[in-house]
Amino acid sequence: MANDLECRALVKSYGAFTAVSGVSLAVPKGSFFSILGPSGCGKTSLMRMIAGFIEPTAGEILIGGRSMRGVPPNRRPANMVFQHLALFPMMNVADNIGYGLRRRGMAKAEIARRVGAVLERIDLADSGPKRIDQLSGGQKQRVAIARCMVLEPTVLLLDEPLGALDLKLREHMKVELKQLQHQFGTTFVYITHDQSEALVMSDQVAVMNAGRFEQVGTPEDLYYRPATPFVAGFVGDSHRWGARITAQAGSDLRVETSTGLALRASAVVPLAEGAASSVFVRPEAIEVRVADGRPDPAPALADVNVFAGRLESLLFNGANSRAMIRLARGDLIGAVLPQNLLGTRLGEGAAVEIRFAAAATLAFPAGGDALGGDAP
Amino acid sequence: MLPSIPAPRFVTFAYRAYVALFFVYLAVPLVVVAVFAFNDSLYPSLPWKGFTLDWFFGASAPKIGLFHDRAILRGLVNSLLVAFATTAASVLVGTTTAFLFERYDFRFKGLCYMLMLAPLVIPGVILGISILAFSSQIANAADDAFGIELNALRPGLLLVALGQFSFIATIATLVISSRLRKFDRSLEEAALNLGASPFMAIVTVTLPYLAPALIGSALVAFLMSFENFNTTLMLVGSDAPLTITMFDRMKQGSTPVLNAVSVFLMLGSALLGLVSVMAQRGGRGAAE
Amino acid sequence: MNAPLNPAASGASAPREEGAAARRLSFILVFAPFALWIALVILVPQLNLFFLSLREKVGPQVYVLGPRNYTELFGESVYVLTLVRTVVMSLLATFATLIIGFPIAYYIAKIARGRARTLLFMSCLLPFWVSELVRVFGWMLILRETGLLSRLLQGLGLVDGPVELLYNDVAVMVGLIYTSMLFMVVPLVSTLDSLDDALVEAGYDLGGNGLVVLWEIVIPHAKPGIVAGAIIVFMLNLGNYLTPTLLGGKNSQWFTAQIYSQFITRFNWESGSAFGFVLLVTSSLIVWLALRASGQTLSGTIGKG
Repeated sequence: MANDLECRALVKSYGAFTAVSGVSLAVPKGSFFSILGPSGCGKTSLMRMIAGFIEPTAGEILIGGRSMRGVPPNRRPANMVFQHLALFPMMNVADNIGYGLRRRGMAKAEIARRVGAVLERIDLADSGPKRIDQLSGGQKQRVAIARCMVLEPTVLLLDEPLGALDLKLREHMKVELKQLQHQFGTTFVYITHDQSEALVMSDQVAVMNAGRFEQVGTPEDLYYRPATPFVAGFVGDSHRWGARITAQAGSDLRVETSTGLALRASAVVPLAEGAASSVFVRPEAIEVRVADGRPDPAPALADVNVFAGRLESLLFNGANSRAMIRLARGDLIGAVLPQNLLGTRLGEGAAVEIRFAAAATLAFPAGGDALGGDAP
Repeated sequence: MLPSIPAPRFVTFAYRAYVALFFVYLAVPLVVVAVFAFNDSLYPSLPWKGFTLDWFFGASAPKIGLFHDRAILRGLVNSLLVAFATTAASVLVGTTTAFLFERYDFRFKGLCYMLMLAPLVIPGVILGISILAFSSQIANAADDAFGIELNALRPGLLLVALGQFSFIATIATLVISSRLRKFDRSLEEAALNLGASPFMAIVTVTLPYLAPALIGSALVAFLMSFENFNTTLMLVGSDAPLTITMFDRMKQGSTPVLNAVSVFLMLGSALLGLVSVMAQRGGRGAAE
Repeated sequence: MNAPLNPAASGASAPREEGAAARRLSFILVFAPFALWIALVILVPQLNLFFLSLREKVGPQVYVLGPRNYTELFGESVYVLTLVRTVVMSLLATFATLIIGFPIAYYIAKIARGRARTLLFMSCLLPFWVSELVRVFGWMLILRETGLLSRLLQGLGLVDGPVELLYNDVAVMVGLIYTSMLFMVVPLVSTLDSLDDALVEAGYDLGGNGLVVLWEIVIPHAKPGIVAGAIIVFMLNLGNYLTPTLLGGKNSQWFTAQIYSQFITRFNWESGSAFGFVLLVTSSLIVWLALRASGQTLSGTIGKG
């Protein structure tokens, strides 16, 4: 498959500061590609280089297979949905959408026809003469996309366009954006700091940190098979320990955490005995059982970590409710509250047991993670 | 003192009375001028001798109305000419200067900004004499050296316009800058992104956004030029703008034709005010 | 002065070399009108004026540099007195404008609401849409011997015959205050407008009375507006020619009238330039002192537009 967008070893530095250092990416035609990262990770600089608003210090950008070196922003086959949409307040909806076509010097009748067609596609057929401030947040969003799509760009760039919307609308727009992308079949490149936006909509996600790509993969890859401690910490929730490897056999590890817990874990990259490590486990991988003295229906296997603790607090949040469990060593661990415990009045301070599989306990070399290192 | 905080009744009353008195003070001179424009007397003073429109339309001496008073009409035309030239130049230079200070970083920017503000701090009379002296010296030098008579640099309408422009451009710059500062640069980027050249982005997006400020500064410039006296007085030649013509008449004592001219000017200003309110209203939709 | 230090610093557009060139060109395009304006009608004429003021005429068409024009000015007590008188009267008029205008601005900004507020503010601006000449003319019609006030006083039996209320210092003050009121009220309204009502309420709530709240909360907050208004009004007063001449008559002795007579009537440019420069320096000095004393900057007060 041909790539609509390709970046090769892209670098952008401002004096001594390097905003983007050596990023390469390839976005196949018709796919939805997201760049996910915390603010200041360089994703905005990357997007602005692709759009042509800033000049790369080194590296190359190809859109539709054509090098963009020396091509000013107004001649690039990439259009952009701005963070705050940047709809022209002095023009009505139809004039906003027709703006790019007018710049191409297209005949008036043809512009009207195309604008009408695209308005129909975004379900705003009668809104052409409306002023921008008469539109709702979601409608503005659609107009901003239509304004680009009417130009039939090779790539559509979206710069955190959902950031300004309230929660409900944002959830709705995620679905709608994905549908629009399907409908137009255009390549979308989406930047965001919101992991759920990236995971829900994308075919491929690049996690960016400190000017570099940490990992590029499908949402499932990132979630279940994080390649770096940063990704493990940034995508989804995790409990994290600083730890030291006490024994190693292949990818099977035994580690001791800085709090003194002995864990079985799986190495993501080869780790030697004695090495400092960051260990992650997801809340939904932790099973909580009431320690009522009755025999365990499923006795712990050798590759499962089991700890006794006390329920410290219950954080009710519907399906995302959490049980916060204090272990004897002092660790406070959040686990997804199992359905069978949700309804019961499990008292705070109740004795519980938690278990999590060694396979779900991922060990990375220490340092360079999203939460900042306090490794031993 | 606030509406939410109770105050003694007489304090509130006295305060209101003061405010009312203030507005009477503001209004009285203008009302007096306006009323005497319609007095059927040769002097703009009491007693009231009945209503007349002669001071507007009268055609025969001694009651020569404003529309038949050649000197006044010529002054009006001169004032309009100067005001149009000054307005055009001020808005043009004000716009480019607003872009200069809002969009570019350059060496000595702070110093340049102070120089841009300087015309507001220099008394109008001094602006007038400095331009008079400078242009006359150039004209003299050209005459001495090459025998060329540069009439344009002698006191006259061009110098008047130049003198007014020297400080009205500052006001235009300030008005336009304050709106340009509020402009969201991503709108221009969006225009570029949609295929506009940098020049077209400014023409199709930035200038329409600035329109209320451009119209507003044009109105203010026009009014300030039309009203200006101090700078104009120093630069005026044989062709006098209206304010100078009126000033000369006023010193001598005049018929109520001056009141009629004043009423005419008030109406003109009111019209400009109306235009500006409408421009602001039109611009509000575009502002948010 | 004309080379952009960092052409890309605020650049929205145009990457790469040709972009930088375009940006440089656009900079020159917007810098040129500014430079021509400031250089040709402000900077060079002012410097030329200064040069003129240092020229002494020693014979027909023969000049030498020297301070004689200034020593003559300061040696003649009439001129010095006129200068001092102009400055003092301008300061007094500025102060009076502040005292009269402040309650009005406060009323508009803090007490009037909705439509009344807009109406009051607009009517405050209205007189200033009319030429200063017309405004002064109005006062002449009121104050002169055959004017309204004289008639009114006679009608009330307070005076026996016509009284001339024009051509005195009070008339000049009335005119100056009237003429520059707008420039005091507008900046005051805009700063008072930004004062949070809750601060005033808190002031009362914590036990302050009206005067304490005014002195400790309202006035400190309004200081930038007060300074801006006072500076503009002072400069307008000092540089005024029309009002003192028409309302003060022959003996108004305003400094601008001296400049006019030196320059236009006597055609003595050298001395007129010196007069002009003394006025400019005096005005700048007083403005600078006011800014200094109040801890404000010129661009922060006037430059805000």
